[in-house]
Amino acid sequence: MTTERILPVAVMSLAIIILWYAGAVWLNSPQAAEALTRAGADWGTGDLIRQTFAMKRPILPTPDQVAVDLFQSLTGTPVTHIRNLLYHTGVTAGSALTGFALGVLLGVGLAVGIVQVRTLEASLLPWVIASQTIPILAIAPMIVVILGNLGFTGLLPKAIISMYLCFFPITIGMVKGLRSADPLTLDLMRTYSAGSAQTFRLLRLPASLPFLFTSLKVAVAASVVGAIVGELPTGGQAGLGARLLSGSYYGQTVQIWSALVMASLLGVTLVAVVGLAERALVRSGPGGGR
Amino acid sequence: MPAAHTAAHTAAHTATHTVAAPPPAPLVEAEGEPGREPGRTIVDIRHLTLTYQAADHPVYALSDVSLSIAQGDFISLIGPSGCGKTTLMRVIADLEQPSSGDVLVNGMTPEQARLKRAYGYVFQAPALYPWRTVERNVTLPLEIMGTPRAERQTRAREQLERVGLTGFERKFPWQLSGGMQQRVSIARALAFNPDLLLMDEPFGALDEITRDHLNLQLTQLWRRTRKTCVFVTHSIAEAVFLSTRIVVMSPRPGRILDVIDCARDLPPERTLDIRESPEFQRIAHRVREGLMEGHSYDD
Ligand SMILES: Nc1ncnc2c1ncn2[C@@H]1O[C@H](COP(=O)(O)OP(=O)(O)OP(=O)(O)O)[C@@H](O)[C@H]1O
Ligand SMILES: [Mg+2]
Repeated sequence: MTTERILPVAVMSLAIIILWYAGAVWLNSPQAAEALTRAGADWGTGDLIRQTFAMKRPILPTPDQVAVDLFQSLTGTPVTHIRNLLYHTGVTAGSALTGFALGVLLGVGLAVGIVQVRTLEASLLPWVIASQTIPILAIAPMIVVILGNLGFTGLLPKAIISMYLCFFPITIGMVKGLRSADPLTLDLMRTYSAGSAQTFRLLRLPASLPFLFTSLKVAVAASVVGAIVGELPTGGQAGLGARLLSGSYYGQTVQIWSALVMASLLGVTLVAVVGLAERALVRSGPGGGR
Repeated sequence: MPAAHTAAHTAAHTATHTVAAPPPAPLVEAEGEPGREPGRTIVDIRHLTLTYQAADHPVYALSDVSLSIAQGDFISLIGPSGCGKTTLMRVIADLEQPSSGDVLVNGMTPEQARLKRAYGYVFQAPALYPWRTVERNVTLPLEIMGTPRAERQTRAREQLERVGLTGFERKFPWQLSGGMQQRVSIARALAFNPDLLLMDEPFGALDEITRDHLNLQLTQLWRRTRKTCVFVTHSIAEAVFLSTRIVVMSPRPGRILDVIDCARDLPPERTLDIRESPEFQRIAHRVREGLMEGHSYDD
């Protein structure tokens, strides 16, 4: 990376951190003032600011508080221990990735069906779109309850919720991609009297890959959201969602923020992995080919 | 329709059929494959009419076109933009359905001929697959037709050499110039060795020198293999140089104005210097007159 690319990122990060500290002062100062007054001694502005940065249960914890908590919860216990944040991240990642895999299967399957079988477009597509108008927060507890009744607990209900969020962008992107082949290249296949399976394998599928990967990035980020949402109604023993829930029960705002940071790190990592896979698999010229 | 139209039609038809009747003398001995005797009719078009239903008004792309192409013919289609040259080729290739009239390719319907892979088509645009290397673009038809891998590669290399692209096998299409891409698409059409070649302005995007070179290559290939070629061009010189017959077309509605025989006056073996000969000039002049006649309808 050149300095040209580092500089804007550094400036933005610095600005965010300054704003964050300013926000902490602003949001925490009423509580901090109360605490200082209760302590009895005289206090000035300097004392107040220092106090807002050192609250036990701040409204908005400072970045350094979050960093310290993150460090402790990642290194304080063995990775397999229930108190280790990495353990919870692993649990969430497990259900997110399982849901993502199921979502890819379902999403690609639907897209292939919609493109290859004329009648499926009219019969399936409206349902696919309608499915996304139901709020995930409403349907998640029902999925958990219903699957729990059938004897499925733990990973599977969460993965199903992830899949529910995942498959939609994949279906939409893949349908568009499978139809993106240039009409002339389709004519070309016709002149070779290629069968529809050959046209699919040699033309439609490779032409769809750039579209598929764009959708996969959206979907893999959504799968993390789905897994966390799925962890909320399960009562919360393990997973980042469970940490968010218990943090808010006990007013442990620093713990909530640590879990949030881990969730976004997980999302960013998964999107980056999909991006690497894209670079390895899609070769269609600079910027997606012409 | 003005009377002149009808006259031009009749003239065109007569010319077509009289020229088609005596088979062009075999220039070189054919490669001796069965079903390739010279003079056999490969493409037979009778009273072909094609109307596109555009949103507001119908487009008369082809009107009462009749043409018969014999084995070993090299036919050039020439005419102003929009006169239906591409449409005519697409009908032969079964990519477009005629509104009326009959078309036979190798004695079959165009669809049957297409299913038998009777022809290779070079489109007006290269239509290469951007995710395939140059070589794998050329092997595409062979892959579809089930040719073994090793042979695919040999044939692709052979054709790429023919169009002067040796050394570019591993490049991707976007790393090539427009003219080079078009040459890849020619190599791709030649790769599976079809008996009938349909080429839509294959050399349109090339510089003069490369074009001369490829014209020479094409005429030699045609003489050696006795393939039947249908070739669209906007260049009079190119049409006269390559063809046994030149079909001059005119737009609105797309129709045949004149069919000019070149095989009678020009030697079968053609080198670039025949372009200076008086016979060549005379034919070129007649093509030009036909084109101008077509244009005068526009006013
Ligand atoms: N799919 C289509 N739908 C409607 N009209 C069409 C379609 N394809 C071609 N046309 C019209 O048919 C006419 C003939 O088109 P065609 O492409 O055959 O011309 P052309 O002789 O190949 O021209 P050019 O030399 O510019 O390639 C044109 O007027 C064109 O607008
Ligand atoms: Mg054209």
